Amino acid sequence: MIKNKETFRQQKKVQNSIFTFLAFAFFVFSMLQLNIVPERIVRSIDRLGYIFSNMFPPVTNEPLNLFGAAIESIQVAILGTILGVLISLFLAVLAAKNLTFSPYLSYFIKAFAGFVRAVPALIWALLFIVAVGLGPTPGILALAINSIGMLVKVYGEALEEIDMGIVEALESAGATKLQVILQGVFPSVLTAFTAWSLFRLDVNIRYSAILGVVGAGGIGWELMKAAQMSRYDEALMVTIVIFGMVMSAEVISEFMKKRTNAATAQALN
Amino acid sequence: MMETILEIKHLNKTYPDGTEALKDISLSVKKGEFIVIIGPSGAGKSTFLRSINRLSEPSGGEILFHGEDIVKANRAKLRKIRRNIGMIFQGFNLVKRLPTVRNVLHGKLGYMSTWKGALGLFGQEEVEEALDILERVGLEKQAFKRADELSGGQQQRVAIARAINQSPSMILADEPIASLDPNASRVVMDYLQKACRDEGFTTIVNLHQVDFAKEYADRIVGIKNGEVYFDGPVHELTEDVIKAIYATDKEAMPV
Ligand SMILES: Nc1ncnc2c1ncn2[C@@H]1O[C@H](COP(=O)(O)OP(=O)(O)OP(=O)(O)O)[C@@H](O)[C@H]1O
Ligand SMILES: [Mg+2]
Repeated sequence: MIKNKETFRQQKKVQNSIFTFLAFAFFVFSMLQLNIVPERIVRSIDRLGYIFSNMFPPVTNEPLNLFGAAIESIQVAILGTILGVLISLFLAVLAAKNLTFSPYLSYFIKAFAGFVRAVPALIWALLFIVAVGLGPTPGILALAINSIGMLVKVYGEALEEIDMGIVEALESAGATKLQVILQGVFPSVLTAFTAWSLFRLDVNIRYSAILGVVGAGGIGWELMKAAQMSRYDEALMVTIVIFGMVMSAEVISEFMKKRTNAATAQALN
Repeated sequence: MMETILEIKHLNKTYPDGTEALKDISLSVKKGEFIVIIGPSGAGKSTFLRSINRLSEPSGGEILFHGEDIVKANRAKLRKIRRNIGMIFQGFNLVKRLPTVRNVLHGKLGYMSTWKGALGLFGQEEVEEALDILERVGLEKQAFKRADELSGGQQQRVAIARAINQSPSMILADEPIASLDPNASRVVMDYLQKACRDEGFTTIVNLHQVDFAKEYADRIVGIKNGEVYFDGPVHELTEDVIKAIYATDKEAMPV
């Protein structure tokens, strides 16, 4: 036994050093291939210094525009989340094995959600810009569909864990499927659903800040403009506003989570 | 007491895995009867009860309820039949996060339009009726508490109230007291019996406590290996019969 353990440990050691070497080799290879040679790095540090010195003090020439853009980002995030939540609620019921009409439909929706999840929000934004043009609309759609990818999965998992006794009880009282789901199933998973939806709103507010970079509305566009005109002081101001936005979103969603946990019972009365 | 409300003919149930849970069961139930079904674990008691309102699909036979064959009923018809049969479960099966009174209101879903029921748009009258029923099972003080704040015995009384609110003509109860202590069991059985007497419900209860069965039943049905082994009034259920119902095949075999 002891001998076995020793040899096992040695094998593990050899394996580890091989992996370390391979990782290092790959790192050097990538640097060379991407033409990241030391003098370039040194030069970029110079440049970084220049940018930094130009960043301070942060300014904005159009405070109203900046404020409006921040609000637009938040609106995009909220509308995208609401749309995503509504569609996900519907799809998750059809995806949950214990509630669906057919197992094939369940597989299909799960596969669809998996695919949608695998494509980043920014790519969706680009696709929707092609489809509907620039502005907040493609942003909303991109966040909605990206949310669906995640929410269908987590909602579906919560639904698959419910106590089927409730479903049987309401069905045996003559309730229709829709009644069973809205009166029996959803109240049972409300806490989990609320927590996931708020978490998603949080994620979407982060995303909405960068969606503007590709032209899907909001504050990201301001950042883009400032950077392109080499107005680093303005860029810093936009970054500070984005930071404030994301921070307050986190605080608010944390607060709402606590509140809903405490007030679910009363709200349902 | 003469009218037959439920007529079961040659009921069979084979589960997909090949288990023959019910073998050719025939039973006739009169209006207002309080029947207790007893039998060893795995005999088919739950399967039998759940076949009656098709929570478990029968494999063959007829179940005539008020003269209508439940086995042949389509979805819409089945829904109408089900609202006329209250069901009580061992695990209470309440929506735990909802207030007690809302759980009782759920008994009315079968009478409401799909959307009205789904959105929970219960009228003032319906709420008052639900509160009345809660009072009758002694839970008026618990009406606005969340269901999971109640004790097991209280939760089962809420389930009884929900069933009463269906204004059914029959109640099925599958081991309603199996997870309760003796005191709570007695209280629940008393309320169930009282409700059934007051409202004239026909009642079929699965129990595994023979003493409770003898105390509450008008008629006892013993099921063994998926078949009706005994069917008669309480005084005919002798110690020997009880022994035979609960005897495993091994014990019954000569050593
Ligand atoms: N879903 C199912 N799939 C396959 N077999 C089942 C299923 N449900 C029950 N059975 C089998 O059918 C038979 C009857 O089960 P049933 O639950 O009706 O018995 P019971 O008399 O209610 O037992 P208990 O007193 O333990 O509740 C048993 O052999 C059981 O294993
Ligand atoms: Mg059982």
